[in-house]
Amino acid sequence: MTENSSPALRPGERVRNLLTSRAFIYVLLGLVLLGFVIAAQAKGVSANSLLSLFVRGTLLGGTLALGAVGVTLVFAVLKMANFAHGDTMTFGAYMGLLVIMVLPKGPPLAPFSFGYEFLLALLIVVPLIGLFTFGLDQAIFRPLRARRAQPIMFAMAALGLAFGLRSLVYIFWGADFTYYYVGRARPAVELFAGVRVRPDQLFILGLAVVLIVGVYLLLERTKIGKAMRATADNPDLARVSGIDTNRVILWTWLIGGGLAAAGGMLYALDVQLRPEMGWWLLLPLFASVILGTLGNAYGALAGAFVIGIVWQMSSAFINPTYGHGVAFLVMVLVLLFRPEGLFGRSK
Amino acid sequence: MTPLLLAKSALLAVPLWLVTSSLLPLKPSWLKHLVSLAIGFGLAAAATFFIPAGGLSYITSFILMASIYAVLSLGLNVQWGYTGLFNIGIAAFFAIGAFTSALVTTQMPTGINATFTKQLMGLGMPFWLGLAAAGLIAGVLAWLIGKPTLRLRDDYLAIATIGIAEIVRLVFQNERWLANGPQPLRGIPQPLQCLTGNGCDWLPGFVNDFFAPLAPRDYPYIYVAIVALVLFLTYRVLERAIRSPWGRALRAVREEEASAAMNGKDVAAFRMQSFVVGAVIMGIGGGLYAHYMVSIDYAHFDPLYGTFLIWVMLMLGGSGNNRGAILGAFVVWGIWSGTSFAVDALRPALAAISPALPARGPYIRLLFISLLLLFIVLYRPKGILPEEKVVSLDRDLT
Repeated sequence: MTENSSPALRPGERVRNLLTSRAFIYVLLGLVLLGFVIAAQAKGVSANSLLSLFVRGTLLGGTLALGAVGVTLVFAVLKMANFAHGDTMTFGAYMGLLVIMVLPKGPPLAPFSFGYEFLLALLIVVPLIGLFTFGLDQAIFRPLRARRAQPIMFAMAALGLAFGLRSLVYIFWGADFTYYYVGRARPAVELFAGVRVRPDQLFILGLAVVLIVGVYLLLERTKIGKAMRATADNPDLARVSGIDTNRVILWTWLIGGGLAAAGGMLYALDVQLRPEMGWWLLLPLFASVILGTLGNAYGALAGAFVIGIVWQMSSAFINPTYGHGVAFLVMVLVLLFRPEGLFGRSK
Repeated sequence: MTPLLLAKSALLAVPLWLVTSSLLPLKPSWLKHLVSLAIGFGLAAAATFFIPAGGLSYITSFILMASIYAVLSLGLNVQWGYTGLFNIGIAAFFAIGAFTSALVTTQMPTGINATFTKQLMGLGMPFWLGLAAAGLIAGVLAWLIGKPTLRLRDDYLAIATIGIAEIVRLVFQNERWLANGPQPLRGIPQPLQCLTGNGCDWLPGFVNDFFAPLAPRDYPYIYVAIVALVLFLTYRVLERAIRSPWGRALRAVREEEASAAMNGKDVAAFRMQSFVVGAVIMGIGGGLYAHYMVSIDYAHFDPLYGTFLIWVMLMLGGSGNNRGAILGAFVVWGIWSGTSFAVDALRPALAAISPALPARGPYIRLLFISLLLLFIVLYRPKGILPEEKVVSLDRDLT
């Protein structure tokens, strides 16, 4: 009965409600994927290579998710779009390179291509970058908060920060791309049904899942996680209830910055290190976050996998360099029909 | 005074005249222009006479580039300064404008050249039509991006513009048929270039004779006059617009969206108009750039040169103030060029730290400019010339 209690809707409103519903976005995403399959058929791409693109997209989604969860947490707690997040990932990846170069080189941990020093670098760099981003927040964003600056000034400061971080990478490591292990073979193994992946990629996905489960437990089961969710919901109410906002901000950056560093290092292990990599990831990151509703950590996770899969599968029939364009297209579709994203409350 | 110096000073007098006439509080306006013309020519003559030719041509190219950036900065000022739209994809409109103007004005390559150069079209139209097309296409692109994003929170527009800038760059990098792919698109015609050669057919003989001493390498002197005129016209049109009811409505939308809407202003329409107008100006800036460079490729429009520097220019000069936007372009371009000398001077010191460091000099400048932007945002958010509180009262606009 309750469903029908609203007064009769005009046809236009009914269509609009339909178009802005969550189900419609799922249908839209389904149609996009279906279109991919058809386009791939038309181009004569075998089902097998489509499947392996799908798997590769899932793997990419794992790395994207690490960045996207950070973007969305910072947005939820601090209400700012952190355009420096991509370059934080780059910076983390290069700090990892620094640690690896300093440490004595060990043999590769078969079947992976990396040795113990990569794992140690992760352990060192992740908390370090988390603290570093908190320090940057205290130096740059805290004065802006104190001044109650417009939201857009935060975005601009983040933009300046992004270019500053990238210039540091350029100055210390140069503009060329590089690898953690230059010249080391990275053979792929068959996973199932002709789908070939590198063992590294399985490690990357596994670690991404572990980290995300860790963040989930932290958000759901600990006191600080509860405080973070409360602050995200209603900052003023949280403060009045005696939540230490500064502690919440510290943890937000520790998690967000740390995950960004991990995401950057894992992406670099998978692909390569490049000073522009983080800037290029910014678009898919934000596409994921917007698809999964700004400020919703689980939404960002889902969005990252969708974007990763769509991005990879599109390369079956268009020039792979346009992967960004596909991520952008998905984002624009979501913005057109349901800007609050998959998990947002509709207006 | 040789005929060459006379020709150079006549051309350099144009920007100086326009600057002086914008600063002189003289009335009536014919007197103002007469006086500023005299001052402009006097200054130009003195400059050409006392400054050695090498230095003068460096200064001219400096003014030229800074003026082109000033056009872009004015475009951004409409969007950000007056309406608060956060566009971090200036490079997209810049690039679209540059390539459009190039495709409209070049001739389709023929013969052996056609195998080296592929392009969508080559209409061989005059420069002015190229600029108009550049503005038009940039405006259409802005409309397409603005449609889904302008009604949302500002951050969405920001991320969408980052995206479109990357995609535009990728398209011009990969699509050979469009504008010669990763290879540069060459041979973009330069307006009035005939003056440096055998003279232009359509100009009266005495004009050709007057400029006859100019050699082809003196072309920047001609182009600086053209760019200065375009910049001045853009500035005047914007000043007019911003002091009109339209400009007041834009500022109302920026300050208090809700009350603007309550007063019957169509907020979405005003935001869209501002976004498109700003993009048209950026497109024209791109066109000006293309005809100066003669040969352009996708790499010219990276986020640093295409977007970031322009943001720093507007923020330093003063958002919401057209004079500030122009001043900022000159100051930041001055800092950018000046730090290049500084980094060159530091080369031995840098080499002593690490042999790879001198080659990375440009990035030290990038770090400096990033810190400058952070400094402005934190300590001087209003810039050098803050926005005027009241713009519509008691101002001479004639």
